[in-house]
Amino acid sequence: MPAPIRLRELIRTIRTARTQAEEREMIQKECAAIRSSFREEDNTYRCRNVAKLLYMHMLGYPAHFGQLECLKLIASQKFTDKRIGYLGAMLLLDERQDVHLLMTNCIKNDLNHSTQYVQGLALCTLGCMGSSEMCRDLAGEVEKLLKTSNSYLRKKAALCAVHVIRKVPELMEMFLPATKNLLSEKNHGVLHTSVVLLTEMCERSPDMLAHFRKLVPQLVRILKNLIMSGYSPEHDVSGISDPFLQVRILRLLRILGKSDDDSSEAMNDILAQVATNTETSKNVGNAILYETVLTIMDIKSESGLRVLAINILGRFLLNNDKNIRYVALTSLLKTVQTDHNAVQRHRSTIVDCLKDLDVSIKRRAMELSFALVNGNNIRGMMKELLYFLDSCDPEFKADCASGVFLAAEKYAPSKRWHIDTIMRVLTTAGSYVRDDSVPNLIQLITNSVEMHAYTVQRLYKALLDDISQQPLVQVASWCIGEYGDLLVSGQCEEEEPIQVTEDEVLDVLEGLLVSNLSTPVTRGYALTAIMKLSTRFSSVNRIKKVVSIYGSSIDVELQQRAVEYNALFKKYDHMRPALLERMPIMEKTATNGPTEIVQTNGETEPSVVEAKHPPPVTQPANQANDLLDLLGGNDVVPVIQTTMPTKPASAGGELLDLLGDLSLSGAPAPAPAPSVPTSQPSFLLDGLSSQPLFNDIAAAGIPPMTAYSKNGLKIDFTFERANPNPNIAVITIHASNSTEADMTDFVFQAAVPKTFQLQLLSPSSNVVPALNQGTVTQVIRVLNLQKQQLRMRIKLTYTHKGSPVQDLAEVNNFPPQSWQ
Amino acid sequence: MNSAHRQGKLRLQKWYTATAERDKKKMVRELMQTVLARKPKMCSFLEWRDLKIVYKRYASLYFCCAIEEQDNELITLEVIHRFVELLDKYFGSVCELDIIFNFEKAYFILDEFLMGGEIQDTSKKSVLKAIEQADLLQEVTWTPGVTSM
Repeated sequence: MPAPIRLRELIRTIRTARTQAEEREMIQKECAAIRSSFREEDNTYRCRNVAKLLYMHMLGYPAHFGQLECLKLIASQKFTDKRIGYLGAMLLLDERQDVHLLMTNCIKNDLNHSTQYVQGLALCTLGCMGSSEMCRDLAGEVEKLLKTSNSYLRKKAALCAVHVIRKVPELMEMFLPATKNLLSEKNHGVLHTSVVLLTEMCERSPDMLAHFRKLVPQLVRILKNLIMSGYSPEHDVSGISDPFLQVRILRLLRILGKSDDDSSEAMNDILAQVATNTETSKNVGNAILYETVLTIMDIKSESGLRVLAINILGRFLLNNDKNIRYVALTSLLKTVQTDHNAVQRHRSTIVDCLKDLDVSIKRRAMELSFALVNGNNIRGMMKELLYFLDSCDPEFKADCASGVFLAAEKYAPSKRWHIDTIMRVLTTAGSYVRDDSVPNLIQLITNSVEMHAYTVQRLYKALLDDISQQPLVQVASWCIGEYGDLLVSGQCEEEEPIQVTEDEVLDVLEGLLVSNLSTPVTRGYALTAIMKLSTRFSSVNRIKKVVSIYGSSIDVELQQRAVEYNALFKKYDHMRPALLERMPIMEKTATNGPTEIVQTNGETEPSVVEAKHPPPVTQPANQANDLLDLLGGNDVVPVIQTTMPTKPASAGGELLDLLGDLSLSGAPAPAPAPSVPTSQPSFLLDGLSSQPLFNDIAAAGIPPMTAYSKNGLKIDFTFERANPNPNIAVITIHASNSTEADMTDFVFQAAVPKTFQLQLLSPSSNVVPALNQGTVTQVIRVLNLQKQQLRMRIKLTYTHKGSPVQDLAEVNNFPPQSWQ
Repeated sequence: MNSAHRQGKLRLQKWYTATAERDKKKMVRELMQTVLARKPKMCSFLEWRDLKIVYKRYASLYFCCAIEEQDNELITLEVIHRFVELLDKYFGSVCELDIIFNFEKAYFILDEFLMGGEIQDTSKKSVLKAIEQADLLQEVTWTPGVTSM
């Protein structure tokens, strides 16, 4: 059989192929030839064939059938064979193939070969792709070689040991003795690889770290020699002596000096020296400076040194080389938390980097800018950042918008500025803002009472310009719904009030409903806004018409709303004003940053927030329930138990007796009439996650108490305060049953003295399972305006073992914190 | 570490972590697309997955290195440069064709310079001498009748 074609020949041939298909054909032909050659166990040309196979593999063609051949080559005595064999093993094999284990024996033999280049090949292969099994088997050999005086082998053994440790960390101990005098070597290769080995060991084991701390003086000395020594041609790079070694030593020093005062002390001088003496005209010098800065920032360095480091970074920022600028921004980002003031000094340079052409630099600059924003520079910074937001690539807009919102929230100098800023973001990058920014913004707007007129006016004008940005449209429609009356009355103080008629406003909102640009969510907002305006505007008929049209809308959400609103017009018109009143201020759940201080809005009632208001007693309870069911939808707040308290009040007189006149939640609608059913918010605040609309601050130390314990039935009360009104105590009862039989038809009723008001929400169930297997919970809200001592009379009815049980009890042992 | 031609043909690739063949291909393809899309004025570093990529272009070849979070990008540029210098010294004014036709030699040089992703020897002279000696050894041990690959 003719000799297989030479490697170069093959490469040349393949390169002449003009199409992919032609190439594939050639490759296939050659592969076939190689396969038959392998089958013939041809020793002479095996090396050549495998080399060709490797070339084809690099082009992307499968070469797995050559794996075993590589092993045969490795086992051969010829150096050429071994060289290609090991290369093939590294390219074609890895620990995923079982075949690789067959190498272990060969490698072992070669590690003990008489020729150092063969030993080198073995070490290299083991050090690049050795699996944990191989490493375990061969660690001893590596360790032996680590102690040899042959520096060629010693340096390779060191790196091989690094790989072994990475694969099998438990073997680290084994290499410890051999590290004893590694640093006394003169050979830079050995020094470098030794430092890498020591670094690896220190990173992985705190014990090793402690052990090697004593090397700090030696490392400092080596570094000093490198800097001070004259020109050494062998290791020189652009006038700097062995920068690779310098960088590695600096990195090891960093690890050794971290959180250790003494070590950090010992390296202060050398770090200062490197920082000041290193030539910065070429990349090489800057690479060393960079590593030095990283080390200074990580160890316990004195403040002078830290300032020096940050100034180096500041100088980097001005460097023409964008790589250097990039690296500086990254490092500054890491240090901005700890050395905030020092970094602030370079703020203007950082802001300039926002205009850089490079994407990575821009991103870093943006992150850093946000980190540097504070109360003093907010106005200036925001101007720059908003300008950036205008002109940046889409990939940045979302993050930038979020950042702007956060910063504005924390440091806004005035409400008007805050609202202006948010408006600016919504108009320029509206489609990129996060989903939760809409409810957040709405919350912010409700809190800024005096800005309502201004806000709604600006939003209205924005809507006239552009209705494509959904978040903006949603917020705008919500505001118009809420504050439409302010808009029409032209009451704006902050700027020139515009003249708008009711019809114009309704035109805009209706426009949103029909526009193709509006998403279903936006349409929902618009419809609800129109509905709300029915109590604020006089053109009720027009609104009625619109609402009824959408009663047959294809969109289910819209249809549901329209139908309910229709019902509101028809059957419950008397409730409409109450239901559609102004929203009270919303409490912010702390997602990020501190909760805002809630201002009391003069228009709404401060007492109860978002509580469902039970209908006036005159209203037949059934109808009320229907209505509330209709509006209930899918919200989280439990439906009010309205029937329960009223009936006993009229029927059974016992409850009334002992405490004199009782006032229960059935009182006619007087002062506390906030009256916004929670269903309303669930439409508007679609974007909000299902957070409860009143914030319960965790008990803050009001201890729970046992209110009743008799015949196996135990009732515990736990307390919370309802925010924002500290006059309301929210009590959760937990009823548990320690008898062997369930208590069914369990009903809990409560009454309080006249000076209190009580509201009972619906229970979790009416069966208290036996043997404490579960509890029934029910929430009571007690309004205690006069801060009197809380007393309560409770009535319990249930069926136990077939017979009905009824009991009355008085609860007097409320902890003082619950009513103070 | 890999070097790729401007049109996306791979010339050399060295992996220091065990990765499945399919994944390697995918990563290389992705990486190449990203790097080749970079404009000349952009900086030599980019973030890719959870690694940092350092790349530098020499004539028609891009040399890319993937490093970890804590590694020094600037010194990596020097590492790449050192490797190219070694190739240059060995081949005498190296050009892409040299690397194409002598890819196995390029690998030998790389394996003498780096192991497990770390530098073995910081002296150019030392690395080149070792390669030279190994080449000599190879010469000596050819099978009679066969004088080259």
